[in-house]
Amino acid sequence: MNSLPPTAMSRGLHGCPACGLLSRPAPGTEEGHCPRCDEKLEFRKPASLERTLAYLIAAAVCYIPANVLPVMSTNTSGGSESDTIMQGVVLLWSPTGWPLSLIVLFASIMIPSAKILALLHLVISVKRGSIKNNVQRVRLYRMVEIIGRWSMVDVFVDTFTVSLIQLQPLMSVEPGPGLLFFAAVVVLTMLAVESFDPRLIWDPANSKITKTEVQYA
Amino acid sequence: MPDHDQSLPQVPESKTVPKKRARFSFVWVIPIVAAAAGVWIAVTRIMNKGPEITIVFTSADGLEANKTKVNYNGLDVGTLTAIRLAPDHQHVIATAAMNPKTKDYLVKDTKFWVVKPRMSGLSVSGLGTLISGYYIGVQLGQSTESERNFTALPSPPLTGNVPGRVYMLHTPKLGSLGEGTPIFFRQITAGQVVTCDLDSGGQFLNVKIFVQAPYDDYISANTRFWHASGIDLSLTANGLHVQTESLMSILAGGIAFETPASDSAVTPAEENTTFNLFDDRTDAFAPPPRDPQTYRLVFKQSMRGLTVGAPVQLGGITIGEVTEISPQLDADTMEFTVPVTVSVDPQRYGIRFLHVPAGQDLAQSRKKVMDTLISRGLRAQLKTGNIISGSLYVSFDVIPNAPPATLDWAQNPVELPTVSGNIQEIEDNVAGLLKDVDHAVTNATVLLGSANHLIEPDSVFLAHLNQTIMSARGTLTNADTLLGSANQLIEPNSVLDAELNNLLLQGGGAASAFRELADYLERHPEALIRGKTGEAK
Repeated sequence: MNSLPPTAMSRGLHGCPACGLLSRPAPGTEEGHCPRCDEKLEFRKPASLERTLAYLIAAAVCYIPANVLPVMSTNTSGGSESDTIMQGVVLLWSPTGWPLSLIVLFASIMIPSAKILALLHLVISVKRGSIKNNVQRVRLYRMVEIIGRWSMVDVFVDTFTVSLIQLQPLMSVEPGPGLLFFAAVVVLTMLAVESFDPRLIWDPANSKITKTEVQYA
Repeated sequence: MPDHDQSLPQVPESKTVPKKRARFSFVWVIPIVAAAAGVWIAVTRIMNKGPEITIVFTSADGLEANKTKVNYNGLDVGTLTAIRLAPDHQHVIATAAMNPKTKDYLVKDTKFWVVKPRMSGLSVSGLGTLISGYYIGVQLGQSTESERNFTALPSPPLTGNVPGRVYMLHTPKLGSLGEGTPIFFRQITAGQVVTCDLDSGGQFLNVKIFVQAPYDDYISANTRFWHASGIDLSLTANGLHVQTESLMSILAGGIAFETPASDSAVTPAEENTTFNLFDDRTDAFAPPPRDPQTYRLVFKQSMRGLTVGAPVQLGGITIGEVTEISPQLDADTMEFTVPVTVSVDPQRYGIRFLHVPAGQDLAQSRKKVMDTLISRGLRAQLKTGNIISGSLYVSFDVIPNAPPATLDWAQNPVELPTVSGNIQEIEDNVAGLLKDVDHAVTNATVLLGSANHLIEPDSVFLAHLNQTIMSARGTLTNADTLLGSANQLIEPNSVLDAELNNLLLQGGGAASAFRELADYLERHPEALIRGKTGEAK
């Protein structure tokens, strides 16, 4: 058995997430503020799994109306027409426009759902104390963190269109209720990513090693 | 399990901050709020979800799922959600999501139709759909029976939401009538033709018309309807008639109606009353024969110029019409005759007895009257009604020295005695005259032959001869004059003939020009607005 890799927590130390300074918590406490930069110090993000799960559930709930309700309604003199995200994808799908259609499909439908599922997987696996595929799971977490924000593109395009196309008697574009829910999904998943502490992925491995070492010691 | 490492003495201790740990993590408010919002949206959606209906169309032309609106008086009341082919592959079934408030109006007689640009008669409708796309029009029903499956009308109902009444017209021919043909009352457009259907017997057409209020109040059971289609040009024994209702009806045809003046306080006729549609106004107001009598007339002359419908007159007054002309062959004698069947209205020639003796049959007294009239010399003859058209009519006249005749009442119809008409008379006279002349000339020749032997100056024969020649010359002159005038009348190059030819040619030209116009309009109704734009492909 190779020796247990030291972590700040296992040694009873805080690593400042902002300036990297190691510090020892005041006796009898587990939390404090960095003496150098006054950043809040914790061994792990507080209630990380609980918060992540709460945000994820909220995001999943919002994901349904975001896809069912229209995100944009176009009013022309001929009448109004409102489209959901999926209808937009179908509308864009043409021999020349399919790349655009794919972008919308990925950015607006697949990424948010993938994000929710990925985070859910991370939360559950951490909760169960899994020690398998730790590296892949951290990679997954990084991917979710990086890619996730691009979902907001859809919301931006929508709001731009709405503000630009206001030719009142002829044509106007209005945001639909779905847009609000879609923005909520994106924001909530970002919050979920933010509240998830990736260090938790490694903790079970450490504690298991500790336990086995203790057993065999 | 922080066990404080004593080997790193330089590590400073962190500051202590009083704990403000909440017992309940507020983060759970977020999913609860999200769920509440989602549930609320779902509930309002379900609450606002109106009834779903299906409408069967003959064609999905211009209809689009999730785009085509259902529109009632300019208000969106629903949207087509799906369009699919019916199992019979002949129709299209469209599903429409209606607004929840329309629930009470989706009843059995609610009507749907596609609103698109249309031209009916001379009216153009639905031009707005050129920009907005087609939509579905609704007419709310009155029924209380709820219904969810509808069949679309092929065209907008003309009765719309306008008050008025629907009537039926019965006509053997349609003329230029069609859906949307205007109906005129004193030359005001008072309604439209709704549908034209063939009667189940196939003999008549049932034209359904809609007369809008307040004009429907002027329709009583006695109202007459007639074709006001285009220009009515008729060349009959009565002369040339040109009749039109309005410029619009010239182009599109129409129906006019009028209630006889005697019905000043009209009680409006009930809805769906059936009326006859007459050919023209004169026809419409001709009193219907109350007790028509049919008689058979056999003329020994050409029937050329006599047509079915030609008037039968008595002393210049029309009392009936010719109903049938059909040649027949007598199997025994192998002789052709052309019996003419006429229908006369006894009331029109005054057989309207002031008082019918009690207990006496009207028909019996009528027979007596006819017998008396015939014995006094009443005879039928053909007369030329119009020298230009050469049309003939039947005239009953009292001929003073007509050969006696009796009626055989066993026949059906009874044959009335006839005499030759005036043209025939002239021909007979001329023939008789020629015979006389021929006779005279023969006489003269014989006379001259015998005279050869007998010529002597101052002879009695010569004097006789002279006399005979003189009288023959007089006769010849008469004949010459008569023939000359007859020639003038008949000659192919006469002024009359030329004029007649000219007139007929021009008439023909005008008719064909009009037919071309009508054809063109039929094919290109839009030409009325856009003008003639080359030949369409």
